[in-house]
Amino acid sequence: MKAGSNLEKVFESGRFAVTAEIGPPQSANPEPLVHHSRMMKGSADAFNLTDNQTAVVRLSSIAAAAIIMREGIEPVIQMTCRDRNRIALQSDLLGAAALGVKNVLCLTGDHQIFGNEKGAKSVFDFDSISELKVFDQLRRDGRQSGGNIVTDPPKVYLGCAENPFATPYEFRAMRLAKKVAAGADFVQTQAIFDMDMFERWMDEVRARGLDKKVHILAGVLPMKTAGAARYMKNKVPGMIVPDHIINRMKNASDSKEEGIRLCVEQIETLKAMKGVHGVHVMAVMWEEMVPRIVEEAGLLPRPTFA
Amino acid sequence: MIVAERKPLEEIADMIAPYKKVTVIGCRSCVAICLAGGEKEVDMLVSAMNLKNRKDGRDQVLEGLVVERQCEKEWVSEVEAKILGSDLVLSMACSLGAQTIGDMHPSKLVFPGLNTGMFGVPEEQGVWSEKCMGCGNCIIHTTGGICPIARCAKNMLNGPCGGSSDGKCEVNLDVDCAWYAIHERLKLQGRLELIETVNEPKDWSTSHSGGRRIYEREDAKLTPHQKRGKEGSR
Repeated sequence: MKAGSNLEKVFESGRFAVTAEIGPPQSANPEPLVHHSRMMKGSADAFNLTDNQTAVVRLSSIAAAAIIMREGIEPVIQMTCRDRNRIALQSDLLGAAALGVKNVLCLTGDHQIFGNEKGAKSVFDFDSISELKVFDQLRRDGRQSGGNIVTDPPKVYLGCAENPFATPYEFRAMRLAKKVAAGADFVQTQAIFDMDMFERWMDEVRARGLDKKVHILAGVLPMKTAGAARYMKNKVPGMIVPDHIINRMKNASDSKEEGIRLCVEQIETLKAMKGVHGVHVMAVMWEEMVPRIVEEAGLLPRPTFA
Repeated sequence: MIVAERKPLEEIADMIAPYKKVTVIGCRSCVAICLAGGEKEVDMLVSAMNLKNRKDGRDQVLEGLVVERQCEKEWVSEVEAKILGSDLVLSMACSLGAQTIGDMHPSKLVFPGLNTGMFGVPEEQGVWSEKCMGCGNCIIHTTGGICPIARCAKNMLNGPCGGSSDGKCEVNLDVDCAWYAIHERLKLQGRLELIETVNEPKDWSTSHSGGRRIYEREDAKLTPHQKRGKEGSR
């Protein structure tokens, strides 16, 4: 065991893992985090706390982790390279580990142009792959990027993201291989709507033997409306939403119910796909549906370990 | 070359409003090529300001002139009298030119007429694009001749990120994704293995992060004797 996190134990046990996402509030109020923790407790193995996602200022992912751990649920903290240089990244990793955080997701981060602080100076001292490599070296050898040796290295399980739907498509499995070489233990994919394209990516992933080296969490995102599907297709770079999905949402008598059904079906397909080790449910602004989706996908109860 | 853009006329007018005798100094180097601060642009600005001043009833006197390279003291020296005789110098060079005049004449006011943008290249008539950030440690031999530091919005060394869409950058869909371009170039050159290895974190100490940079060439420096001789020849 690298960190002994619940998520690591689920993967190591060979069970199909489930993670979900909690977006910290844009305020100093911990209540929404407590509310979401209580609502989703028991429906996933670990919960992603986003790090100022889309470059909007929010309560920090590490502080949010400390809050949800008090509720007895396990965090995966996202750490982007946008706002912190290598000094701050390593410092925050040590601090997070000292607080008891055991899962860290290394991300380059959304550019600040997407957020509400467009005048910010971006950092990007590292990219996600450099971050993984340095964090891996810090946990394994206790060696910081500057060479100093720490006596108590952070015991963390390292994750990354990968987008099979970004260009160049032929490089995407290779890029995951780079992340694995840099130290990733698990990967969360971009939300999957084009299942055929995802299967083609998985073919390449398996051909490279990557599914044996890294635990793959397939990303799913339940949609409420056809408009949301169209928005993701047209406005979110690196997202592919096939027309048949949009039409299905459009023609449904109850689009919310259809969105849930679709998500559950996607999870069923992914469960049967060789090399997929779990799902990451991104119910953005719809967290209350996570327990239902997980239950309907036949993934309850979640495993517990003594 | 250094690429700059002229500040909006209104901003320039506000900036120089309190000064009566204004010398507008352009530069025949980079900013002339990027159509921001050469002879033509200096003439145009002086005409526009004269027109505006006449309309607004302001008795400001503007004189325009151009030097060969405003970032070099020798060329600036040639217009020293004009500089000393004015209330304000409006530099139409890049910030390097404006600072050269200011450093040579610390008591004179030198205001910028341009916004200095980047190290860029002319792509076509009227289009310039950034291609270098002066990081002080060039690696483009490993990236297909394309600089990821300057051409990727996130300065990534291990791209492309998940926002590369149809070969374009998520930050601006009119801009090519640098790492998509690197992938295509390396494929063309049969050197894709270069993109398959993990690039180490960059040592930014050779960039501005290491503090203001001063490069010295001992073999090119003048001896104290040569310096005295050069000063004597003026």
